[in-house]
Amino acid sequence: MDGFAGSSPDAPRSQAQTEPKRGFRVPQPPARPGEAPDFSTLNLGQPGALPLVDAEADVTAFEPFHHDLLRVLDDDGMAQGPWASLVTPADVQAALKAMIRTRAFDARMMRAQRQGKTSFYMQCLGEEAIAVGAALASNPEDMHFPTYRQQGLLFARSIDPETLMNQIYSNKEDPLEGRQLPVLYSFKEHGFFTLSGNLATQWPQAVGWAMASAMTQDDKVAVAWIGDGATAEGDWHQGNLFASVYRAPAILCVVNNQWAISTTNAFAGADKNTFAARMASYGMPALRVDGNDLLAVMAAMRLSVQRARAGLGAVGIEFLTYRGGAHSTSDDPTKYRARDEAGVWPLGDPIHRLKQHAMVTGLMTEDHITDLEVAAENEMREAEARAEANGLVHGGEGADGAKMFSQVYAEMPGRLVEQSQEAGFDDV
Amino acid sequence: MMSETVSNTRSMNMIEAIRDAHDVAMERDDAVVAFGEDVGYFGGVFRCTAGLQEKYGPSRCFDAPIAESGLVGAGIGMAVYGLKPVVEIQFADYITPAYDQISQEMSRIRYRSNGEFTVPMVVRTPTGGGIYGGQTHSQSPEAIFTHVCGIKVVIPSNPYDAKGLLMASIEDPDPVVFLEPKRLYNGPFEGYHDRALQSWKEHEDGRVPEGYYSIPLGEAKFCRGGRAVTVLAYGNMVHVCMAAVEESGVDAEVIDLRSLIPLDLDTIEESVKKTGRCVIVHEATKTSGYGAELMALVQERCFYHLEAPITRVTGWDTPYPHAQEWTYFPGPARVADALKKVVGAR
Repeated sequence: MDGFAGSSPDAPRSQAQTEPKRGFRVPQPPARPGEAPDFSTLNLGQPGALPLVDAEADVTAFEPFHHDLLRVLDDDGMAQGPWASLVTPADVQAALKAMIRTRAFDARMMRAQRQGKTSFYMQCLGEEAIAVGAALASNPEDMHFPTYRQQGLLFARSIDPETLMNQIYSNKEDPLEGRQLPVLYSFKEHGFFTLSGNLATQWPQAVGWAMASAMTQDDKVAVAWIGDGATAEGDWHQGNLFASVYRAPAILCVVNNQWAISTTNAFAGADKNTFAARMASYGMPALRVDGNDLLAVMAAMRLSVQRARAGLGAVGIEFLTYRGGAHSTSDDPTKYRARDEAGVWPLGDPIHRLKQHAMVTGLMTEDHITDLEVAAENEMREAEARAEANGLVHGGEGADGAKMFSQVYAEMPGRLVEQSQEAGFDDV
Repeated sequence: MMSETVSNTRSMNMIEAIRDAHDVAMERDDAVVAFGEDVGYFGGVFRCTAGLQEKYGPSRCFDAPIAESGLVGAGIGMAVYGLKPVVEIQFADYITPAYDQISQEMSRIRYRSNGEFTVPMVVRTPTGGGIYGGQTHSQSPEAIFTHVCGIKVVIPSNPYDAKGLLMASIEDPDPVVFLEPKRLYNGPFEGYHDRALQSWKEHEDGRVPEGYYSIPLGEAKFCRGGRAVTVLAYGNMVHVCMAAVEESGVDAEVIDLRSLIPLDLDTIEESVKKTGRCVIVHEATKTSGYGAELMALVQERCFYHLEAPITRVTGWDTPYPHAQEWTYFPGPARVADALKKVVGAR
């Protein structure tokens, strides 16, 4: 992946002047602004090419999946190969609806951020199939330990979008009562662990949760989530080790969307080996999966969950995808990556591909899908109106100020009682 | 003081008392699990979990990789699930790889989830010096935990308190960092390194009730009543201060804080208002140590009752040295000097 820089006058690189000494390198992405994106080095394989393995197969049966890509949908929207048998038409319909709702929610919140209704938002554009597919392939009693780009988990669980918007607006109905940055949700009832904001910390926590399930003879599994960039953290490696050492019933999901804010996934070693292979090196089965292919996502997840629930330990999954939008509303990707890169991503757009599949297989008509899209837009617009009526923190109608002093401990200690009074709150 | 009266007592050192607290807690509640490096089969490098794996099985007491962040992170996940993990970090000096999980995660999961998820867990770790452990086996890092909101910080000074406080920590709905002065594991230590070792057998607080009892967190203990000066100490320094009182002849009131967060400020305030003088003693380095916080609180609460500057006796602001251990360690002579100086001030 080296050697792309310096070919464009727009690229503010200095490699031309200073030749690297003794092999030192700083990794470069496939393209910077003004350059032509090139994903030809990715090993994409063919849809349907890999054999189906038994969920309880020996770990060695997973070796073909460490570097080759598990794909089901072909370019014409047809499902190929034996993995398709793990996904039903009802799954496809439920997933498409949840993915459309996720994207409609993101679009509504991106607009709300531009309108100044919230200071901050993070969308998952182009990654909708991953979280939605994972949610549908796991049980409501299982626990997901997500990052900020798995809001699709919640839309697959039919959450009321107003609740999320109340959190984003930090208003009087915010379930977290104003304590958290927008999008750092917590929904225990939906199997959605409280989001941190510190990267990778949830990885060993998910493994610990899974260990507890196994230690108490329970059959629940934990699903850990992380982005490619954060796998560089020590917690990723320690979590992988614990998962392997204790045979924890955890599904360890790396969402490889190519970018960590402005840096290429090569800074996390992605050009040296796949994340699937690196997880496999801890001694667990691992799969590298087309993350923009809902059928592949669901099939991989369903088999992995089945394996973990059967007591055969953790499974690692690398979802290959592309971050379609900015990292967050606080950065401008046109400053660091090629403008048309998302358009040339070889695995396409997950919603477009699933729609195509639903139509070419006769499962859904174009009108039916259009109805879903219109309904999602209406749902989000109406939810936003309700959330806005509950107030906006930036409009001076935020969550109750006194709440900041509660839930630090189970019981409020004397010093916090004093401090809340000092801050002007009398009745705590 | 005790939440349950138990008639039978047994002589225990602090290791046995801590082991017994685990045993009683694990017996009473299946959710209590203990793990850490060398904790399972071997029973811990200090033997604080000896026999527990044999008794409760490897699902409830087990060994762990040498990975402190993973250890605490996994413990958090277990606590969130509904277990009550007691995690051992082999030495407090090795806890910093887990500091992210402790200070940003364990401490704040209740807050950030508005109480949806909670972390009732204990991180136990041997603290302090006096054992010729050098820089990396002697530190007293309590202040890096008292600065974090959302966790409790406990440090016993004897076997009786160690068992009762550990029981309360395990039962607490919030995460607790439990610091065990390793120099006190096998006997009380007054700071006279050149004298014969003492045993808990001859010490009143080495008599430990069998079975269940707990000591509430946030209640300080009077070790000695006095009128001339209030001495605030915890851990190793409680015994040093008692020796210093003996050495100086000063009629000091010695208070063992036992828990730093929550802090028994009412007891401190009452005592300092009575004596008008205050000496704060800890083994940790001076600058930004917990003594600074105590000094600030005493000043805020008791300023108009003070007859002398509040004084700190602490470890010097250096790494913990090896050969110079007894120059670093705030022994009874230094504390006695401070007592005389503060009492003599006018």
